Order: sequence, then C-alpha cells, then structure tokens
Amino acid sequence: MSAVPGDEPVIEARGLRKEFVVRVPAGRFRRTRRRVTAVDGIDLTVRRGEMVGYIGPNGAGKSTTLKMLTGVLMPSSGEVRVCGLPPVARRTQLALRIGVVFGQRSQLWWDLPLRDSFALLRHIYRVPAAAHAARLRRCRELLDLDDFLDVPVRQLSLGQRMRGELTAALLHGPEVLFLDEPTIGLDVVSKQAVRAFLAELGRSGETTLLLTTHDLADIERLCHRLVVIDHGRVVHDGSIGALHARYGSRRLVVAELDEPLTTPPVLAGAPLLRTEADGRRLVFACESATASAVVARLAGLVALRDIAVVEPDIEDVVARIYRNAASEGGADPAQGCSITRTAKVPGASASYRWGTSPGNVT
Amino acid sequence: MADRLGVLPAYWALLRGQARSQVSYRTSFLVDLVGNVGATVFDVATVLVLFRLTRTLGGFPRAEAMVMVGLSAAAFATADLAVGNIERLRQYVRTGLLDAVLVRPLGALPQLLLMDLPLRKASRALFGVAVLVAAVLTAGIDWTPARVGLVVLAPVCGVVFFASIFVTTAALSFWWIDSGEVGSAFTYGGRDFTTYPVTVYSGWFRAVFAYVLGFGFVAYYPALALLGRADPLGLPVWAGWAAPAVALPAVLVAALAWRVGVRHYRSTGS
Amino acid sequence: MGSVTATVPPPITRNIGWMFRTFAAITGSGFRRYSTYRQATLAGAFTNTVFGFLRCHVLLAVATGAGGVAAGYTPDQLATFVWVGQGLLAVVLLWGWNDLAERIRTGDVASDLLRPVHPVLNYLAADLGRAGYALLTRFVPPVVAGLLFFDVAIPSRWSTPPIFAISVVLAVVICFGCRYLVNATAYWLHDVRGPMMIWTFGSGVLAGLYFPLHFLPDWVTVPLWLATPFPSILQTPLDVVVERDDWPVQVGLVAVQAVWAGLILLACRAVQGAAERRLVVQGG
Repeated sequence: MSAVPGDEPVIEARGLRKEFVVRVPAGRFRRTRRRVTAVDGIDLTVRRGEMVGYIGPNGAGKSTTLKMLTGVLMPSSGEVRVCGLPPVARRTQLALRIGVVFGQRSQLWWDLPLRDSFALLRHIYRVPAAAHAARLRRCRELLDLDDFLDVPVRQLSLGQRMRGELTAALLHGPEVLFLDEPTIGLDVVSKQAVRAFLAELGRSGETTLLLTTHDLADIERLCHRLVVIDHGRVVHDGSIGALHARYGSRRLVVAELDEPLTTPPVLAGAPLLRTEADGRRLVFACESATASAVVARLAGLVALRDIAVVEPDIEDVVARIYRNAASEGGADPAQGCSITRTAKVPGASASYRWGTSPGNVT
Repeated sequence: MADRLGVLPAYWALLRGQARSQVSYRTSFLVDLVGNVGATVFDVATVLVLFRLTRTLGGFPRAEAMVMVGLSAAAFATADLAVGNIERLRQYVRTGLLDAVLVRPLGALPQLLLMDLPLRKASRALFGVAVLVAAVLTAGIDWTPARVGLVVLAPVCGVVFFASIFVTTAALSFWWIDSGEVGSAFTYGGRDFTTYPVTVYSGWFRAVFAYVLGFGFVAYYPALALLGRADPLGLPVWAGWAAPAVALPAVLVAALAWRVGVRHYRSTGS
Repeated sequence: MGSVTATVPPPITRNIGWMFRTFAAITGSGFRRYSTYRQATLAGAFTNTVFGFLRCHVLLAVATGAGGVAAGYTPDQLATFVWVGQGLLAVVLLWGWNDLAERIRTGDVASDLLRPVHPVLNYLAADLGRAGYALLTRFVPPVVAGLLFFDVAIPSRWSTPPIFAISVVLAVVICFGCRYLVNATAYWLHDVRGPMMIWTFGSGVLAGLYFPLHFLPDWVTVPLWLATPFPSILQTPLDVVVERDDWPVQVGLVAVQAVWAGLILLACRAVQGAAERRLVVQGG
C-alpha cells in the first residue's frame, strides 16, 4: 500500500478545454460577445507522490485548469480523472480525497479563531478525532501555529493566514494537494516557512502536489517536474534540467579584472556574452567548454581579481519561453516579460462578469 | 442513506460556526435583531394605514385581510431567514466563498445557506408568526380539525414556496449576472402580492402572479378556506388546500435551476 | 474690459470657471460610469415596473373601498403617484448606495481627500450624473407602463412641469445628502449595517413610497414634512406632478425642499470636516 512515485496516475487529463463567452465593450453603448478559450486542450498525467509546478503568464489558464481538476468548473470538453473520479460529477466524494488552497480565497471562517475553523473542518470532512489531532499536531509544529491559534482569522497577517490555510487543506489527509499561488503576497520569512513545509510534505511521497505559482523560487525549491502553459496550451512538460537543455540555457563564467581589456580573449566553446563595468567584467557562456576549463584558461590569460560561476537562471528560460509562445501566438509580447512580480488583483480578470454594479433592492 | 445522514453533524457544525461568528459582533447583532423587525412591522403597518381610509379592501374587511397578511408575513419572513441570503450569490462568487464550498465534501447550496445564515432575521420571522397568530385568533374563524391542520400546513408550504422562489431567482444569476433585481420582483414582489387579497389585482397581472406563478395559493386561498368564505373569483373551496401542490413543483424547479446553474458556473480568476 | 480680464483674469473668476468645469466633468463621469451597467439598468426597470403594478392595484382598491377618492386623491392621481414614484425611486436612488462607506472601510477614501475638490461636491457631482442617466433609463419605463396599463392623471397646468423639474433636482440633492450622512457613519462605526438598515426601512415609508403620506393623520404628516427631509425626497415631487395643490402651495413645498437641501449639504460638510479632523488626529 506504500506509495511509490510512478505507481499510478492520480491526475489524468486528456484534451481538457474550457471556453468562456465574454461580453466586451464595443463602442460606448454596444457590446459584443466573444468566445475566449482559457484552456485549450491540455494533456496532463501526474503520478502518486509527484510534485509538479504548473506555471504560465497571467491569463494562461492555470487557475482554470486547477478549478476543473477540483470539480469547481465544468470542462467544455475533454476527459479528467482525479483519484480515478470525474471531478464535477463526483465532486463531494473527490473533495474527501483532495486538499485545495486558493491563495486569494479562504477556506477559513473569517470571524473565528483558527482553532475553531479546524474543528469545523473536522466535522465537514468527517475525520476521526485521533487522526485529526495527530495531523493538527504535526502542522502546529512545522508551521508554528501556536502563537495565533486563538486569534480570529480576520486579524491574522497574510503569512499567518496562509499557514492556517495549508493546515486546513491537510487535516483530512488528502491524497492530492492543489495549491493556487500559495506564496503570493507573502513576506520572505513566510514564503520560506511555506516552502519548507511543502518540501517536508513532499519528502514523505504520500501526498501528490500540484502548485501554480508566479514565484519560480517555489518551483526550484519544491518541484522536480515543471509544466509550463501559455495561451491554454502546454509548452513544456519535464524536469527543470530538461528545460535548460531544451532551451539551451548555459552556465555563465563572470570574470572580474584588475584592468579593463581592450581586446578580450577568445575562448573555444565559450563565447563572450557581454562586457560590463567599462571592460572590467567579462561574462562568458559555457557552451561546449566546461566551466572549470574556462576558469583555468582565463586565469592563464589575464589578471583576475575575482571569478564566479553562475548557474543558469530558470527565470530567464521561462521568460524566453513566454516570449516565444507569445510571438508565435501573435499576442502581446510584453505579457511574458514580467512573470515573477506580477501581483494578481483578486477577481480582476473576471470583473466584466461578476463586478459590482450599482443595483438597488426594491 | 447512512451516508446521507452522516453529513448532518457537518451541517450542524456549520450552523454553530455561523452562530458563533455573528455573535462575536455582539452590539451589531443586537442592533440588527431589533432593526430587522422594522421591515415586517412597516409591511403590516402599511396595511393598517390603508384600512384607515377604507372599510374593505378587495371586498375583505380588515380582520379577514389580516389573516392573509399574517400568512404572507410568517411564510416570507421565515423563508427569508432560512434561504433569503442566497440572493447574495454574486458576492459569494466575488469573495470566492462559492469556490471554497465547492471543494468541500458537502452540497454547495446548504453550505452557502448555513455559512451566511442571517440569524438577525429571526426576529422578523417571529414577528411574522405572531401577526399570523393574532390574526387567526381575532378573525372569528370557526375552528374545525381540518382548519387547525390548515393553519399549520399553509404557512409551512408558504415557506417552502418562497424559499424555492429565492433559490430559483438566485440561480438565474449563474446565467444572467446582473439579474439580482429581477429576482426581487418575484421574492419581495411575491411577498407584496400575497399580502393583499387577490381580488385587489386584475387582468393578466393577476393571472400571472396568482395562478401561473402560484402566489395565489400561498395566503389568499388558504385564508378563504380558514374563513369559510367562497372565492369571489369562482375557484372551489379545495383551492385553499392546494398549497402543497404548488410548493412541491416550486421545489423541483428550484432544485433543477440550482443544479444546472452550478454546472454553468464559471468562477472568477484566470 | 474683456481684453483686460483676458490677459490677467481675476483669480476669483478663474476659480469659479475651473470649479464649474470640474463639477461638470465629474457629473459626466458619473453618467458614463452608470451607463456601463446596462443589464442591471434593464433588470432594475423591470422590477420597478412590477412593483408599480402591485402598488397601483392596491391603492386603486383603497380608492374604490373609500368611495372613489382616498385622502383627496382621485384614482387617476393615485395611478400617477405610483408610477412616477416607481420611476423617481431610481432617480433619487433611495437604496443601495454604499460607495462611500465601502471606500471608508477599505481606506480608499484617503485618495478622495487628496483631490482638489471637496469630497461632498465630488460625490454630489457624480450623483447628479448618475441621476441624469437614471432619468433616461429608469424613470421612463415605469411611467410608460403606467400610461399604457392605467388611467393616469396628466398635469394640466403649464406651471407644473417646471416646478416638478426643480422639485426632482432638489429631491436628488436631498436624497444624496441623506445617503452621504448614512454612509459617513462608517468614519466612526466599525459596521454601518445598523444605520443603513434604519435608513432603508425608514426612508421607504416616510418618503411616501408605499402610500401617500396624506393617508396618515395630519398631526403625523405635517411635523414629518417640516421636521424631517423624508417627504421632500418623493412625496413632494409626486404631489406636485399630480397637481394635488394650487401652484402657490406647490412652490411653497418646493421651497421647503430647498431649505432641506441646503441644511443637508451643510450637515454633510460639517460631518466630513469632523471626520477629516478625526482622521488627521487619530490616523484613521
């Protein structure tokens, strides 16, 4: 019964699509209906114990996918099975086996302390008292909940609330944990606490993890597998290493020199990318040459003050993918440029449909 | 079946959580509790003001009309307490509450109702029942066992009927987001319609509200049966007992509208 | 003189011109903002019309029971009273405005204070724009429905339409002021539901929406009219349009409205001032 990664698919999606009809303003008083494809034929198989990062630019369809996998949204077409169940048709049975954290939504009772919310969730999920107590104890230790367990949720900081949300999603021992932007808006300390906790959770191999994020540090810290989507389609699915290999990202050697060089050295297999600081800093990319070979050669050629080997940066790679996908799709190329720091306004992208209007009651 | 009953403690827990949340704002809660009586008090007072000017309204003297007022007020206020807040569906969507309840192992509708149960409206429901009791005791009803049964059955069916109207009109906003006020025409409008004798209205307007939508069977026809009066509009006496026959289809329509609506739900966010 | 002021305009004139243009611009933005909610407008007009049918039938039944005339209103005057009232309901916007309270709650109100226009004027201008849009979209449908389905009284004196127009503008200003004051309690109260609820339940009855206030005994109506702003919000313009009184009385009623409009706006300014001082001292 012990779960081994690669055991069986926990999440299986084939040709998953979701279309919305939106009304867009056309002129001052007219509006036209337009069909928007949020998710455009996604295939995804996640096996037990995997930790998968699901990333993409704003509006790429991440949250929509998650909502279809959790039974919140009905797919327009395609096949989905989570824990072997069709999510919408068997929503309540599935809910007992999955945990969900929507970063900007709350599972907690706003006016009640965390302790009370957890007690309520025990009844809702019909968890045996002993199992509930054991899981809660573990979360309290790992997430340092004790200081604010009796404070009403509305008075908690975002970081404290997110730790409460994680606990709330795990108290019924879900097989799969879905996380939508779990670190958005958190300070550095809370981010690290959340990542450490999720890493610990993943280490046991019992819980499958699918998380969307804008912060690629989450992915680097937690996930072996990365699914990149853009315009509702999967553009990459594989390890982070595979991503670097595929998109030709390279280690860099950065050399700091005592004196600026007029003619920089030419190294075989490691082209000079750029010169900085008035020629005092040279940046080489390791293509066929190894980093150590480049360092050794440079040391023999010039007077070095300092030298550093820089690991390939996943953000650069992902930004390049977004830009490529955007230009292929003919869409706004600016969209892919700011993947890491784009804060999302809650509900903003759908305000045309559910926004406030000046209605009154009669 | 055991599974169905197994969820009852969960719903009970939700109700307790909601009660504790609301009581945590003690002053506001008390103000709300008192203030909410106001709405129904004004409805009843309006009828009394109108009877200052006339001895009969639609052919009914005040004592008889008050039986309809009582049936309508008791049924509407209780339904409003139990499910009236579902008209806030749009807010549930915007704040993500609907998403949150959809990933839990319970029905979405009962969760929404229990998580936002407006306990402050309890005062209004109690007042509505009090008006009904006072009205039937002073209307000179010739009590028979059947009429005692009817005076309980009719408001219960009325609650179910108004509750169905609330849910159906709220579900409408899954398709038509800005339909909120259209819902009021049938919920609050239905309350106003049932407050007065159906004979007050006329033409197609009366036909639609009283018979097509069924509001005539919430207060008017049960009141006629209680009072032992023949219907000036010509329906037989058993029409006073038709309330369950109207409430049941209303529930089915509401359940269907809600189920289809949730499937049609599109959520917010990307 | 024109050439002199053209080169060096007196500051006061420029100021007034600038104020006027700003006010007009905000009014226009209020109009445009509401014109984007077309579906809500449609739904609202539908609902007002349904309630028009309900209230009109009931009041006509009262008149029938009272032997034809109820509290001095003929049946066709009652019909006009109801249908114009259903139209004006959305123009004065009796219910459902909590923009200011929300902005106070979220703290966004701070940015209103930074603008070079006084907050009360700013919100008033936007509200007049909103009322203008409502006049086109929410006033017309119920009135047309009334004309189609009921015998209504149509004003017969040439003086009535202009007096009615002034009365409606004043009613919008008074209703805005009341809403502003109710919303402004959010500066002091953690939860504005209580004041909102009292306003919602009280205003409908006391403004004359549910029944003409003349249905009440005079010892209630007269003090209500003079000592509270409520009758000035609906009852006065409705009594004007059904020509219940001769024109001097109509003018007198509108004068009472004007006094109330002035008092309420002064109260708004005072309350806003007190709130701002409190914000400055306590930092919110």
